[in-house]
Amino acid sequence: MSNRMKLFLPGAFFFLMLGLLLFGLGRDPNMVPSALVNRQVPEFVLPDLDANASLITSEELTGKISIINFWATWCPPCHVEHPYLVEISQSEPDVTFIGVNYKDDVDEARLFLEEKGTPFAKVIVDLDGRLGIDFGVAGAPETFIVDSFGMIRYRHVGVINHQIWEETFKPVIARIK
Amino acid sequence: MYKSLQSFMLVLCCLLPIFTPAFAAIEVYQFENEAQEQRFKDLSDQLRCPMCLNANLSGSDAPIAADLRVEIYEQILDGRSNDEIIDFMTQRYGEFINYRPALNAGTFVLWFGPLFLLLTGMLIIWRMGKNSQLRNESAALSAEEQTKLDNILAGKEGKG
Repeated sequence: MSNRMKLFLPGAFFFLMLGLLLFGLGRDPNMVPSALVNRQVPEFVLPDLDANASLITSEELTGKISIINFWATWCPPCHVEHPYLVEISQSEPDVTFIGVNYKDDVDEARLFLEEKGTPFAKVIVDLDGRLGIDFGVAGAPETFIVDSFGMIRYRHVGVINHQIWEETFKPVIARIK
Repeated sequence: MYKSLQSFMLVLCCLLPIFTPAFAAIEVYQFENEAQEQRFKDLSDQLRCPMCLNANLSGSDAPIAADLRVEIYEQILDGRSNDEIIDFMTQRYGEFINYRPALNAGTFVLWFGPLFLLLTGMLIIWRMGKNSQLRNESAALSAEEQTKLDNILAGKEGKG
């Protein structure tokens, strides 16, 4: 390399670093990659929130695309997304909405769904948060898309709104149909 | 007086965080022996809270951190090894959870990038030092040039 070319090296290095940093700025630091995407749903046998004390197993998640939503009454963002979940659950007959009542007071959770309506075909009770740990959940709300083979295909951290549903959930669902 | 009091308060406020101990949740765990307790401390120091961006499990008040501490505790009592516990966590939360991520293709840059940058920097400084040394040497006068210079200087002095 000629000496003249060497003069450009610091500049090139500077712009390389600038590019990297700008790229880093555009990324959401809260976006933690999920280790569970493209893995099978963890096995579980847990109670149904419906008082008749029946159990729900991981096998029930196969056969249809399901949206698994971790929520709790103590979680304010869950209150925010709830009406929207009710709305989309009615307009999306192809997917089953499964709720996971995460470390919550079961009575309050039942009351909450009675008052505000439920988007969920079934609600799994995860009293001690163990199912949450198996799903790699850090807090509520978190939502997973599970395909009809019981494979986790997508993880969303935080509230679901119209924009997120249209721009991220719908394409994933269309892809795995 | 008022002014000095004001600056005193300001200094005090700045120092305040230093004196506040970092409170994590106070939990009591009963271990069978000290080795288990030490392993619990090591693991909860080494593993990162998945909710908070930069805190380990031992230093975080987040509910998930407390849950994972319980998980570590129970697995230690169950007789699982450190590697098994770390595997359990990485399977669920990814390499993100480990402050000492495993060495593989994906983490190679993370492990060796800083060392590479340091060595490159040292190399550049060394080369620059050598270049300037060369330049100094070539700037030194040969014996012939020196006498010529001496003559000129002498001539100038003679004229002056």
